[in-house]
Amino acid sequence: MLKINDLHASIEDKSILKGINLEVKAGEVHAIMGPNGSGKSTLASVIAGKEDYEVTKGNITLNNEDIDELAAEERAHKGIFLSFQYPVEIPGVSVTNFIKTAINETRKAKGLEDMPAKEMLKLIREKSELLEIDRKFLSRSLNEGFSGGEKKRNEIFQMAMLEPKLAILDETDSGLDIDALRIVANGVNKLKSKDNAVVVITHYQRLLDHIVPDFVHVLYNGRIVKSGGKELAHELEEKGYDWIKEEVNA
Amino acid sequence: MSKYTEDDLREELKTKEYEYGFYTDIESDTFPNGLNEDIVRAISKKKEEPQWMTDWRLEAFRIWKDMEEPEWANVHYKKPDFQAIAYYSAPASIDPNKTLDDVDPDLLAMYKKLGISIDEQKKMNNVAMDIVVDSVSVATTFKKTLGEKGIIFMSISEAIKEHPELVKKYIGTVVPTKDNFYAALNSAVFSDGSFCYIPKGVRCPMELSTYFRINQGGTGQFERTLLIADEDSYVSYLEGCTAPSRDENQLHAAVVELIALDGAEIKYSTVQNWYPGNAEGKGGVFNFVTKRGICEKNAKISWTQVETGSAVTWKYPSCILKGDNSVGEFYSIAVTNNFQQADTGTKMVHLGKNTKSTIISKGISAGKSQNSYRGLVQINSRAENARNFSQCDSLLMGNECGAHTFPYIEAKNKSAKIEHEATTSKIGEDQIFYCNQRGIDTEKAIALIVNGFSKEVLNKLPMEFAVEAQKLLEISLEGSVG
Repeated sequence: MLKINDLHASIEDKSILKGINLEVKAGEVHAIMGPNGSGKSTLASVIAGKEDYEVTKGNITLNNEDIDELAAEERAHKGIFLSFQYPVEIPGVSVTNFIKTAINETRKAKGLEDMPAKEMLKLIREKSELLEIDRKFLSRSLNEGFSGGEKKRNEIFQMAMLEPKLAILDETDSGLDIDALRIVANGVNKLKSKDNAVVVITHYQRLLDHIVPDFVHVLYNGRIVKSGGKELAHELEEKGYDWIKEEVNA
Repeated sequence: MSKYTEDDLREELKTKEYEYGFYTDIESDTFPNGLNEDIVRAISKKKEEPQWMTDWRLEAFRIWKDMEEPEWANVHYKKPDFQAIAYYSAPASIDPNKTLDDVDPDLLAMYKKLGISIDEQKKMNNVAMDIVVDSVSVATTFKKTLGEKGIIFMSISEAIKEHPELVKKYIGTVVPTKDNFYAALNSAVFSDGSFCYIPKGVRCPMELSTYFRINQGGTGQFERTLLIADEDSYVSYLEGCTAPSRDENQLHAAVVELIALDGAEIKYSTVQNWYPGNAEGKGGVFNFVTKRGICEKNAKISWTQVETGSAVTWKYPSCILKGDNSVGEFYSIAVTNNFQQADTGTKMVHLGKNTKSTIISKGISAGKSQNSYRGLVQINSRAENARNFSQCDSLLMGNECGAHTFPYIEAKNKSAKIEHEATTSKIGEDQIFYCNQRGIDTEKAIALIVNGFSKEVLNKLPMEFAVEAQKLLEISLEGSVG
């Protein structure tokens, strides 16, 4: 589904990604771990198409189509979803109105009519139940005054509504208490299928107890320096990242 | 009603025009440029006004002659040459040979985006209308219902003739002729406008909109509106149109006076979309408006405005809270783009006890425009327990526009409670990217953010107006982020 070939990216002439190679197939869950500043969030932003970053070398394909030239919204229309580490506030725009707009814009891009209101409401009810979201929450302004947990739950709610092919969860576990973590992870697990894929970006192993990865990659200094199965996450949890750094620098 | 046919309407329109006295020599109705007492007299004569009205206009003219054009607003423009303007022109006539194909295609494209019907488009461009039975029935039902309730709704020219006692009693009582330069000018030369009277205890059953006043297409350069809500009555009044008005007149100086007698409530909503000039700042309407209402005991006046047009806007819809327990509200969205300049806000003058006012102002600036909020909250020494809440929010798009807030507070009574909140924000790239990532393109993302920002005010508009206003905001800001 997603293929990243020798990807180099920089921001304001500062090189961040220095040759990433990664392949994610449908039905798989990949975890990307690594110390602070290793380029994890940059990788997520570059896949999603944030314009601040310049791809200097390499490319990204989604279902064998090169997406380098596509704008962020076009990538979204093709099924890429990013759960933000720091979701932004949009005052005066309710959660419902926002997701309705997102869905209908995506449908429009595919030449479809707006989703009928009845169908939309049904979908909202279904997905908010899945994520144990209170209905009152849906009429609040997007992310305004939300707690950390509410913000992340809202991200996964949007993911559930949009049903992406490739979901990238950027530090979705940060700011979550144990109950919220369970709810979010449950949501992601229920949305998983053989046709979609999930990339989990995280510092810690605890989210991976709930969303079990098929592959774990360690990102360090802009490169994937180690890949393995889920047991690699446990090893990192136990030993930290220093041994990896030493290995790389040796 | 089923007997009312297209022919009847055609006949009615014809005789109506005759009533107005415009029918016979429309084409020759051109006054020379410039303004003097003879011109003022001629305008009054042309409109077959009684002597008291002529004298009132002349008085206003003499006051105006000695006044200076105000310069305190945060706007910069080349002052109009008041002697180079023609102060009387007959209403634009319908050209039977004109079709929509003759109309500026840009304008038509905009109409389409706003979802304006073909008939409305024709009406706005003085294209002869096909008469649709549907609109006939709406107009006649409308007239009938209002008549039954004793509501008077007509042009001010008609009212001067048909209800002189009401006009004489109230005109100039809220905005005196000497109030300001433009108000004095308007008083001397006003062309036409609306008059409305709601009798005691009557709740006007529909939104009153000039749109329904058949035969009253263009609003004119010096519009005069007088609205009287008698004791315990209620009216919601809609002014303007979301459709872009490409008026040839550069200077517009309107006066609106609202009178809310004991226990009455007036809701006055405006959408202003005059030609703002082109992207280089050439052309566009100068909009210098004086709008003010007076509230007697337990009365309430609520102003809601969406201002997206005009090159220069100078406008402060205000409330004089004269009666005890009266309430004044001002909800405003002002959008400026390209080289537009707006200096707008309100005055809340608290005279009575327990008077309350609320001000919510949302300014949106884009391009190289300048957008100022200017507001006065004045608490008189006898206004015990007066309350005011003001909130002024500015939203900036890009780095070349400006947002300014000039709040003035004068409190002469210690029991007054005044709150003022102000925020300035910018549409962030992070917000845009967040929307983009959800499949919403940048143009739509801006519309969403702007609508969210303006929501508190949009919610105050009557339903169908709110939907149009939302679209209008979108269109006004199109292309404002590169």
